[in-house]
Amino acid sequence: MTDSPTVHGRGLRRLAFLTAITLTVAYSMVFFWTPNEADQGFIQKIFYIHVPMAIVALCGFMAGGVFGFIQLRTGKRVWDMRSYVAIHLSLMLATGTLITGSIWVKASWGHWWVWDEPVLVSFLVVFLLYACYQPLRFSIEDPERQSRAASVFAVVAGAFVPLNFAAVRLAQAYTHPRTLGTTTGGMPGSMMLTFLIALVGMSLLFVTLWKFEMTSKNARMRLSSVRRRIERDYAPGGNI
Amino acid sequence: MIRQTITLLRKDLLLELRGRESLPAMVLLAGTTMVILHFALGQTTVSGSIASGALWVTLLFSATLGINRLFVAEQEEGGLDAVLLTPVDRTAILAAKALTLLIFMVALELITIPAFGLLLLGPALGPTLPGLGLVLLLADLSIAAVGALVGAIAVQSRIRDLLAPLLALPLLLPVLIGAARSSAQLFAEAGPAEIPGRWPLILALYALVFGLLGVALYDNLLDD
Amino acid sequence: MPALPLDTAGKYVAAVYLVFMFLILIYVAIMSARLGRVEKEIAELDRLLELGDKHAKAPAETE
Repeated sequence: MTDSPTVHGRGLRRLAFLTAITLTVAYSMVFFWTPNEADQGFIQKIFYIHVPMAIVALCGFMAGGVFGFIQLRTGKRVWDMRSYVAIHLSLMLATGTLITGSIWVKASWGHWWVWDEPVLVSFLVVFLLYACYQPLRFSIEDPERQSRAASVFAVVAGAFVPLNFAAVRLAQAYTHPRTLGTTTGGMPGSMMLTFLIALVGMSLLFVTLWKFEMTSKNARMRLSSVRRRIERDYAPGGNI
Repeated sequence: MIRQTITLLRKDLLLELRGRESLPAMVLLAGTTMVILHFALGQTTVSGSIASGALWVTLLFSATLGINRLFVAEQEEGGLDAVLLTPVDRTAILAAKALTLLIFMVALELITIPAFGLLLLGPALGPTLPGLGLVLLLADLSIAAVGALVGAIAVQSRIRDLLAPLLALPLLLPVLIGAARSSAQLFAEAGPAEIPGRWPLILALYALVFGLLGVALYDNLLDD
Repeated sequence: MPALPLDTAGKYVAAVYLVFMFLILIYVAIMSARLGRVEKEIAELDRLLELGDKHAKAPAETE
């Protein structure tokens, strides 16, 4: 069930290094190079974290769904682990998106929450759904069933994410014309470049953390199997 | 497969007919919710979006009750394992559960809508009925598809009756959006206005998507 | 949309970047706590192995 230690850990150090560099470059550019935006002024700098976080979180959730689907197809539990870690990390990023989005809203409108922002509202719904993932997993004893139920959830929820975004956006289009925009339409070139680098940095961060967590989980599992073997063969009835 | 579905459906409906647990509870909850809403909103009658909201909150709460009961009754009595032992097509189980929930929802609405017209709704109920019927049917299809899927996921867990509503409600949010926006138009003060075409379309598509998801996933979910 | 003066806007932007750093820090802290547990477990296994070695030697000595 466990794979060799090098599968996930391969290149982790290099990846971490690359992530650190990209993020440093991106955020330096944000503060020292890109101009202030005309309307929002300095507040707009928030977008270089908030939007990449949102995009990566959504992709992470959908990736979790894909991994879950593969797990159901192949029956290999490693895909279930991959799905779990992807969803778990995306949930953290989604929390970050909600918090940073709320701060941005407060800076722009003076309230800590508005219903006018379709992306933020959609994130709230998605967050509420994925918050059930871990309670669901850990309330199922049998490991076989646990993986299967979790994978089915991952697939359903992953399919739900784009549907939800579309539905909420349609609902907003009716009552509130989109006056605010967290999207990147019509940005001057320098901002777009910085934004793209920030996006790449955030994606690298996600992959790095994902690989890191997979390696760590793998190591722990091999450790317990080694422990079982030792207790069985080497020190039966060994005092603990 | 259709025959299997019908057999399973008959079994579920007969169980309900004899036990009379789920549907009366759903109806009772709907009635109580409407009374609560009257006091909570502090108004004699409601119209427009408030009426729409009141109706859909009521229906959704009762729906989660129905979803909870969809599998639990069998699991507790060991009935589900018995069904799984037979070489029945898993998709037939899905279809039967979804149809059961659909029938429950329709029965619920047959009682709740008139009650709603009586207790809470300001404008006359009659003229809204054709449009309302369509919206209700499409929404019920989605509720049935989502409910069958969520019920099957939740029943695997120790905390199944906690999880089923928590999973179902976010998943049903797009349905709520479509249905509430449509019925808001129907319950307008001045008489039913036209429903924008996109909402019924969205409701139908949503039911289709979740139906397909169920078909694709049910085999994996219920195998033991 | 209002363009806030730099001093008030700065607070919010700083808050956002701090939240981001904070999340990463929490993650690193959790992972290092886990690493600590793994190390303890390895030490435990070491001990068990030594116990096993002693048992293996002791019967041989009494023979």
